[in-house]
Amino acid sequence: MQRITCDVLVIGAGPAGLAASIAAKQEGAEKVLIVERDESIGGILQQCIHPGFGLSYFKEELTGPEYYARFADKTLELGVEVLLNTMVLDITDEDVVCISAKDGLSIIKAGSIVLAMGCRERTRHQLTIPGSRPSGVFTAGTAQRLMNRENAMIGRRVVILGSGDIGMIMARRMTLEGAKVIAVVELNDYLAGLTRNKVQCLDDFEIPLLMKHTITDIKGRKRIESVTVCEVDANNIPIPETAVEYPCDTLLLSVGLIPENELTHKAEIDISPITNGPVVNQYMQTSREDVFACGNVVHVNDLVDNVSLESERAGQYAAKYALGKLKKREDVIQAQPGRNVRYICPQQIVNAEDGGEINLYFRVAGPEEKVRILVKTGDKVIVQKKALRVNPGEMEHMRFDAREITSPDLTVEVMKEAI
Amino acid sequence: MKTDVVVIGAGAVGCAIARELSKYELDITVVDKNEDVGGDASKSNSAIIHTGYDASPGTLESELVVAANPMYDEIARDLDVQFERIGAILPAITDEQLEQLPAIKDKAMRNRVYDVEYLTREDVLRMEPEINPEVRAALYIPRESIIDPFVLVQAYAENAFANGVHFLLSTKVTDIRTGDGHIQSVITTGGEIETKWVINAAALFCDEIAGMVGKRCYDVVPRRGQFYILDKNTSCKVKHIVLPIPTKVTKGRLMSPTVHGNMLIGPTAEDLDDKTATETTAEGLKSIRVDVEKLVPRVNWRDAIIQFSGLRPNRVPEGLHVDTYEDLKGYINLSGVRSTGLTLSAAMGKYVAHLMVSLGMNAPFKKNFIGTRKGITRFADLSVEQKAALIEEQPLYGNIVCRCETVTEQEILEAIHRPLGARSVDAVKRRVRPGTGRCQAGFCTPKVIEILARELNVPASEIMKNEKGSYYVVGDMR
Repeated sequence: MQRITCDVLVIGAGPAGLAASIAAKQEGAEKVLIVERDESIGGILQQCIHPGFGLSYFKEELTGPEYYARFADKTLELGVEVLLNTMVLDITDEDVVCISAKDGLSIIKAGSIVLAMGCRERTRHQLTIPGSRPSGVFTAGTAQRLMNRENAMIGRRVVILGSGDIGMIMARRMTLEGAKVIAVVELNDYLAGLTRNKVQCLDDFEIPLLMKHTITDIKGRKRIESVTVCEVDANNIPIPETAVEYPCDTLLLSVGLIPENELTHKAEIDISPITNGPVVNQYMQTSREDVFACGNVVHVNDLVDNVSLESERAGQYAAKYALGKLKKREDVIQAQPGRNVRYICPQQIVNAEDGGEINLYFRVAGPEEKVRILVKTGDKVIVQKKALRVNPGEMEHMRFDAREITSPDLTVEVMKEAI
Repeated sequence: MKTDVVVIGAGAVGCAIARELSKYELDITVVDKNEDVGGDASKSNSAIIHTGYDASPGTLESELVVAANPMYDEIARDLDVQFERIGAILPAITDEQLEQLPAIKDKAMRNRVYDVEYLTREDVLRMEPEINPEVRAALYIPRESIIDPFVLVQAYAENAFANGVHFLLSTKVTDIRTGDGHIQSVITTGGEIETKWVINAAALFCDEIAGMVGKRCYDVVPRRGQFYILDKNTSCKVKHIVLPIPTKVTKGRLMSPTVHGNMLIGPTAEDLDDKTATETTAEGLKSIRVDVEKLVPRVNWRDAIIQFSGLRPNRVPEGLHVDTYEDLKGYINLSGVRSTGLTLSAAMGKYVAHLMVSLGMNAPFKKNFIGTRKGITRFADLSVEQKAALIEEQPLYGNIVCRCETVTEQEILEAIHRPLGARSVDAVKRRVRPGTGRCQAGFCTPKVIEILARELNVPASEIMKNEKGSYYVVGDMR
């Protein structure tokens, strides 16, 4: 058993953890340690070999590995320490317990902790898709890992459920590898992922996208043999008369991501029932004041560029906390989702009178066109903007100074523009 | 091949019989069509060790279940199987149900399950706060227990193997030869086995086996049971097995903890024709939700991590039978082993062994019978100090493969390399649980495939989910 002490401990070496560790170092934390369960750093970006990353952060288009490599170089340069193949088992009030084959069990005492464990994929069972349980049913990310990191081809005739980004990207990926992608099936009448992915991954390869459809049955005792696809009604209930059976040997699911918060649960940190991630304030600080969180463990992002920015804040403030420079939080204001807003992150603003830039990220509840987005405190509108269309699949962002919050309340709402 | 006893079927009952018979100087061969021990019904059920309180009094089933329940403390200890006597609560929610309680208690007494007690409404809600607050009263059945059904069968089998029993897996019985009023041999896809005894413990397929010797005087009608399993972290959990009061139509759906801390909910009861129809259906799953919410209103279905179904081998005409035949010596036919099969396996082993002795089996007891079996160390259940010590001893305990269930590489290696070891991803899962957590193998599947391929020295494309044909990977991309 070894004992380690550090100023800032970052859990996870994906894009969130890397950006947080760099910011913590730059803020003056002396010993910054990342604990990573994988054999290498980069997190999910290691398997994202497609381009499309970095357009806003670096103002150029990079692949996943290129994107994280820039952060990786910086962590090396700044002397961030990394423990690979190391799994955190528990976060207690006093310390963090982790294990690895190389170092055995370690107990880490940290000035502050940054949670950056990312997310996991929803499965067919969380959607309660009935049918048999053959092989050949993969979540899109698992398929992506097998193909892009393990060099394994997983099937030849593919149906994809869900229009999430990974699903659309895998539709293109499998097509490029010679598989036939029969259709992408989406329950809602709007896209779950980014519009650009629909254009570049589906339209360009003439892959049909069936909106307002779902899968109602899976057949095959050994390997999957077919799926039954049904149109759904206004309440998203399948219409049996519309059932069509598609023979296939592979079903990919891209039906949502869930922040991976096992450790957050164990540490008894408040978790939002909407985002499934920890409740945070503008410093990305959780309900436990020495624990910060960033990236997909907080809320599922669609762009890694946003994750990087948010994680830099988490790292910066975690370092401030560890160095005793972060003011105690007072005057907690809850950011309230107003009309057509599903959630807001951060959920809380503290010490508003001290000022500082506030970046509110939020998702709308339903798609809408020609809207005005308003951030309000009391009767005052702090900031507003017009949008041609909003979509739950694309995160929105509003920026303002904390000093603008003059009442003990903060609301974000999406209003239909008067014509 | 030549043997003394062929046991057909490596489910709970077949393996328990093999283990019991391995106490004698007998050459025993267990044959099963599946790639792993564990059977069909034995691996998809409610994982309960019943008391027999609701059996039909006076039947063989009642006798064996009631006799078996007390055996499990010792079996769990000797064979290292997770087992908990958590007790069952049978709540009466409606007036009509309240009126039924005395009859249920009376039946329990007639089954010699004397420790069944009445609970007041206050008792119930104190013991089990998640039960419907409209509950009027309840029955408490303290010895109803939960077990790891996979490991129970593996433990019987591994212990039988340690005592010299042969296992022929992925081997289907295609015919049985008889002559001079005796069993002669069993023909399998792996060759002919000369034998003195055949024990038909083929459960779902026992009618077809009986047909091979002209003794098919019943049919097996598969009765499907669909289940839900909920996340360990689900917001609404029960501490006891919460049983519904049966109606004329159905025994109803229960909610129970598993030995691993999940919630298990089900089953349905659907009579089918197809003995392989282990699908779940939208209607079946919905009926479970509707029924169980009457017992435990706050069940959180959003925390479901899996739905599955299993087939109970229901006998028509009904009833548990162990038959022997004047005109066919050496043949023992088990039929009607249904939902109580897991429970009564322990007693059935002893029953069949005794039956064989009474029929003239005179092999002496083995002098060196090994009575215990050590399971695979469950890393996740250890203290911090124990974990540290274990990794020091064997570093692969430091490699976590399944993050949801904290399963280490060393546990997976043991699952593969111990006798009757795992050859498929599901077989690994049933031994040491990677993939049974909330991500449902999303993260660990590639790793488990890689470990299996490496350890068995085959390409990844030859690693199956379970049976041949259930491949994950077509081949290398380039």
